[in-house]
Amino acid sequence: MGMTVVEKILARAAGVPAVKAGDVVEPKVDLAMSHENGALVMNQFKDIYEGTGREARPWDPSKIAIIFDHRVPAEGPKTATNHKKIRDFVGKHGIKKFHDIRGDRGGICHQILPENGYVRPGYVVVGTDSHTTSHGALGAFSFGIGATEMASVWTLGVALNVEVPPTIKVNVTGAFPKFIAPKDLILHLIGKLTAQGANFRVIEFHGETIAKMSTSGRLVICNMSVEAGATSGIVPADAETMRYLRDEAGVTDKIEAVTPDADAVYERVVDIDVSALVPQIACPHTVDNVKPISELEGKKIQQVVIGSCTNGRLDDLQAAYEIIKGKKVAEHTRMLIFPASSRIYAQAMERGYVQEFMKAGAVVMNSGCGPCLGIHQGALGDDEVALATTNRNFKGRMGNPKSEVYLCSPAVAAASAVTGVITDPRKGGN
Amino acid sequence: MGKVVLKLGADISTDDIYPGRYMATVLPTETPQFCFFDRTEFNTQLKNKQIPQGSVIVADLNFGCGSSREQAVSTIKGHELVIVARSIARIFLQNAINLGLNIIICPEIEAEVGHELEVSKDKVVNKTTGKTFVNEQLPAARQAIIDAGGLIPYTRKLMLEATK
Ligand code: SF4
Repeated sequence: MGMTVVEKILARAAGVPAVKAGDVVEPKVDLAMSHENGALVMNQFKDIYEGTGREARPWDPSKIAIIFDHRVPAEGPKTATNHKKIRDFVGKHGIKKFHDIRGDRGGICHQILPENGYVRPGYVVVGTDSHTTSHGALGAFSFGIGATEMASVWTLGVALNVEVPPTIKVNVTGAFPKFIAPKDLILHLIGKLTAQGANFRVIEFHGETIAKMSTSGRLVICNMSVEAGATSGIVPADAETMRYLRDEAGVTDKIEAVTPDADAVYERVVDIDVSALVPQIACPHTVDNVKPISELEGKKIQQVVIGSCTNGRLDDLQAAYEIIKGKKVAEHTRMLIFPASSRIYAQAMERGYVQEFMKAGAVVMNSGCGPCLGIHQGALGDDEVALATTNRNFKGRMGNPKSEVYLCSPAVAAASAVTGVITDPRKGGN
Repeated sequence: MGKVVLKLGADISTDDIYPGRYMATVLPTETPQFCFFDRTEFNTQLKNKQIPQGSVIVADLNFGCGSSREQAVSTIKGHELVIVARSIARIFLQNAINLGLNIIICPEIEAEVGHELEVSKDKVVNKTTGKTFVNEQLPAARQAIIDAGGLIPYTRKLMLEATK
């Protein structure tokens, strides 16, 4: 019986010839990522060793990555102290894949990992962040875990008692029309599957549209797979994966692709043709509340956010730039732009995007999560409405339970920033 | 026996359970104060200790969807509340098992605030309506962790065995 790509990865990592959905395995972990919540992982890690007389040392510091992104620079003393504790830990144990608050190598974890070549096809990646699903874009099996589970990984180097998830195959065909992006595809899919439709399952992406899609776009669809409940999204490694790893992530050593068997067993197959797709909007307060833009056009917005681990990459900024250049952000609207990493920020400056954004009236912020999770930088006022390229619109997500967040693609966000109301970028003027 | 103190719909997110703006608070001893913080009345009752331990929160499908923040589990665990939900999102479920939060997956559950529930591993009996609902068992793979009293003691044991 053939195996899906995740089954193959898990079989290899668990050291067994084959697995099938429902089997329980203990895969070796190739990369274990945390961000600020590393502070809680450290606490739980210490707890594991408490009273044992053993010294708490991570199993393999070279496989641990820690990236500060959620609250950077620190918004208050508590976060600053967490940062400090983690820095001490990183220094003590010689953790090299550490990205502090810096303008040369900082950024959001789900961009830092790929752009530095930390994730490879066939890897088992765990992260104390639900959007760890992103790294399936490079053909890895990558999923989110809690802090205590991470402490266990730091101790043992394996993920304990993992049930091999069934896989949903999503077959994507057709060419994206102008102004339609991978974000519209994934929002459409989440609306179709619902917020729990892929709970405990993997979404494996296939088809001509995926083959032509850049790694940046693949990161978008794998990132948001979790919004349908998926354990992970994954695009089996192909020529584009190799191009990205060699040309953009600077990987020089051997890369091994893992691909699914032709007779792999899928729980179900979903077909999507993107050639007729229209801009999609996820409405408050669940991500699966997806509507075509025609139902929302004209809705007044006070804040536009372009950024996050979903849509803060160079091609996203480019899409926004092409719409915004030479125009002005509406008077009653704030436009906040967060490049996903310092590298992307620098590239956006070299290409002149940042200058144009500022001329238009947008505020270009430091790389990091920013308003995406509502802790600092760009919280909303009571009854305010935001339109964002981020991935969640839960009540209170942008820092205020009395506000609303709508999710969209960068093109829709930019077109709407100019008018101050939700605007279809396909309709002239842009 | 526990009284239903809160009834929730589907897709209750971790932002609802534990708002992102309190995520700088990480220690399980400190998180309970922010439990369902934006449901002001409920949070106040919790803080004033007006809700006895063992009280039940009943929820529809996909409880705990969203972030991997473990605060969303420790904040409820701190009050020793029981969650009876029609289904539970993956990461939340694993975190709950790892931290020893009492969670029950009960696909057909029907109960209102004020109802008295008798909750056991296999079933939930609504004493107020007289109806019985069968539970879905937690993933077998995780039973060993539950039996060990959570992931910390479970991992500790494995670590000691491996480094004998
Ligand atoms: S950008 Fe938002 S979704 Fe992505 S890691 Fe940061 S907080 Fe999470």
